[in-house]
Amino acid sequence: MADSPGRPDGTDDEDQDVLIGEEPGASVHPMLATEDSYEELDYDLNIEAPITEQRERLASGTIASIVEEHTGPASAEEVGTEATELENDVERSSLEGDLSNLQISEEVTQRRADTVPDRQDVPNDTDEEVLQNREAGQREIKDEDIHSSVWRDHKKHVFILSEAGKPIYSRYGNEDKLVSLMGVMQALISFVQDGKNNLRSIVAGGRTFVFLVRPPLILVAVCRTHESQQQLLLQLTYVYNQVLSVLTYSQLSRVLETRKNYDLRRLLGGTEKFLDNLLNLIDQDPSFLLTAVRCLPLDSTVRDTIGHSIQSAKIKDLVFAILIADNQLVTLCRMKKYILHPADLHLVFNLLNASTSFQAADSWIPICLPKFDSAGFLHAHISYLDNSKACLLLLTVDKMMFFELAKCKEKIVEKLKKHHCIEAINRAVAGGGYRCLEVGISDLRHFIYKSKSTAQFTAPELEAPYREKEERARLFNMYQYVHQRVHNAARPLKIMFHVGSREAMLGWVTTGFELYAVFGPLATKQVAILAVNKLLKWIKKEEYRLFILDPPEF
Amino acid sequence: MAGPPTPRMKALEAKVVVLGKEGVGKTSLVVRYVGKIFSKNVSPTVGASFFTFKMTVDNHRVKLMVWDTAGQERFRSMAPMYYRKANAAFLVYDITQYSTFENMKTWVDELKTATDTPMVLCVLGNKCDLKDQRKVQSDEALMYAASIGALFFETSALTNEGVQEAFLRLSLALISLSKSAPNCGLITKDYDARRKSEDFLSFPPSLLLLREQIKEEEEKEEEEKKVGRCC
Repeated sequence: MADSPGRPDGTDDEDQDVLIGEEPGASVHPMLATEDSYEELDYDLNIEAPITEQRERLASGTIASIVEEHTGPASAEEVGTEATELENDVERSSLEGDLSNLQISEEVTQRRADTVPDRQDVPNDTDEEVLQNREAGQREIKDEDIHSSVWRDHKKHVFILSEAGKPIYSRYGNEDKLVSLMGVMQALISFVQDGKNNLRSIVAGGRTFVFLVRPPLILVAVCRTHESQQQLLLQLTYVYNQVLSVLTYSQLSRVLETRKNYDLRRLLGGTEKFLDNLLNLIDQDPSFLLTAVRCLPLDSTVRDTIGHSIQSAKIKDLVFAILIADNQLVTLCRMKKYILHPADLHLVFNLLNASTSFQAADSWIPICLPKFDSAGFLHAHISYLDNSKACLLLLTVDKMMFFELAKCKEKIVEKLKKHHCIEAINRAVAGGGYRCLEVGISDLRHFIYKSKSTAQFTAPELEAPYREKEERARLFNMYQYVHQRVHNAARPLKIMFHVGSREAMLGWVTTGFELYAVFGPLATKQVAILAVNKLLKWIKKEEYRLFILDPPEF
Repeated sequence: MAGPPTPRMKALEAKVVVLGKEGVGKTSLVVRYVGKIFSKNVSPTVGASFFTFKMTVDNHRVKLMVWDTAGQERFRSMAPMYYRKANAAFLVYDITQYSTFENMKTWVDELKTATDTPMVLCVLGNKCDLKDQRKVQSDEALMYAASIGALFFETSALTNEGVQEAFLRLSLALISLSKSAPNCGLITKDYDARRKSEDFLSFPPSLLLLREQIKEEEEKEEEEKKVGRCC
């Protein structure tokens, strides 16, 4: 495998100048939060306990303020903005404070390939501790796994345990049987914490162990894929968010604060299915990797009509209306002041993806969107529209509003039917996206383009040679690899060209977009760069079909 | 089913809530009745699902609005929303698990303390096709149902045993309740024959998807049987 981590070459900068704010899929009206999730992750990781509380208190304003706005004085809004500002300040200072720590850990990750395989990137840790941790971790896992090599050989294990070391979830196997293993995980973490340090990851035995401590929970990923520590941490964060979406942070912390030994599985009953599904999606869906949302390619006039239909059915306290078909976003209508974070939207996608129970009848469920407000539930009216693949979610803050929302949905369906929008959505879903051939670049096999300003991405259907499941998985791993290289915090790259034995990949990141393109193995860098420039022009031409650029508001 | 509409036909609207522990088959029962199908892998209900359907019983056009609730403990705090103003409740347990029977009793106690209007209660012992694994005896359940003045049936969503009867009897009980207790919150109106509708509003469109899925699954299974086990 020849690998040439490219330096930004001349054409790159030129294009960037031309393209700023004009890149395909750019919009000044974002409906999704667009913060870089990796920066955010670092911030989240570095907050100290008191700040967590503070942040939680501040964030809890969102749902409360919507309620208040409709019932009482308008002062809630002011408090809301103040809270955001404060939060930003906290973020900035904590980022600066821990910058040095971060860099150390990144470097360690970098070096891990060519140093001793067992390297632990806890800054300022003593060698003795490292040694103990490593031994304990390895021995325990081997003991546990003698029974089944299949279990041991799973590519990615994910565990959730409480701070007291009680098992909550294991991706594979029965978590009951893993009590002792989880006990060790907990011991590792508290041992390092005792020395006023945080255990981030261990690399040992060809596996990466990544730890995410989110009091009162501990999440652990054990993985023999080549994903970076950063990517794994982000995945654990998704898992954590999934738990919050079921319980809310307030309930979670209250329960485990009052009874440290509480068996959280009692409250999480039925959630395993969603966690399993989430982890499977993470391993195959680029939206999690990119923290972006995929839109259903749709004629812009149809999309506008759908937007207007939803808009016109507005009722009080309806915060978000989300129309989803086939795991892709059709449209999202929101209350003017509130935007949704892609991570929250991913939870919604996962919810629909994991359960068939919504197809049988209209549902009414409480759901916490942790980025929106981790302290409380939104209530969602979920219905599949008129025997189609299109699913409408109406999110509100009032738990008694089911029947109002059911009426609202009827109105929307009526309008959509009148304008034949449901057929249009069905056609778009049945058509299965667009083909890479449409772009008209002969050697281009596949690509993923993310518009940063809208947190949306687009990708064509996977075609030959990526029809087989294994090939798809391999391609996805390649994308993960290029992504991790260009996003490496210690040595970020603007553009990277990687030639493998079976394909060549180009990764290109600018302030406005991220583009990953796959070519045949014989493609040269020059050809690839010419091709992606052509590709960008094509995406620009199609941007109204591929992206939601003018999202409707209530 | 629909008899000749007599001029004095009445229309009755009732809210029904289905309660019981997770996994006892609440959704399966409702889907069996509404959709005439049984799905082997029904997902656990999240929150609650809402079904409506109509039937003609005893010269009444009865519209049932059914809240099929989630059985998990974490949704328990949401339950009052669904049984508030309900006119009838299905209390479901699994005859192969005694704990679900005990759990069902706690629902009865909760309903007794939290609601003040009279309500039709119907105890359903589900999964009665699994006779060899039975843990809750019919007599015991029957005695209990009688002690709280509830209807009692043993049902199987798999074989459709007792399901039709349970819904039918519940509707009849609702009709007599509306006559005996005028202030029970049930609304009866003169039935407007012009707004005549099918018993099941044709087939609920949302269930078509499910039915298709079941077909697909069955086909897949058959294929798998042919091919043998893969992966």
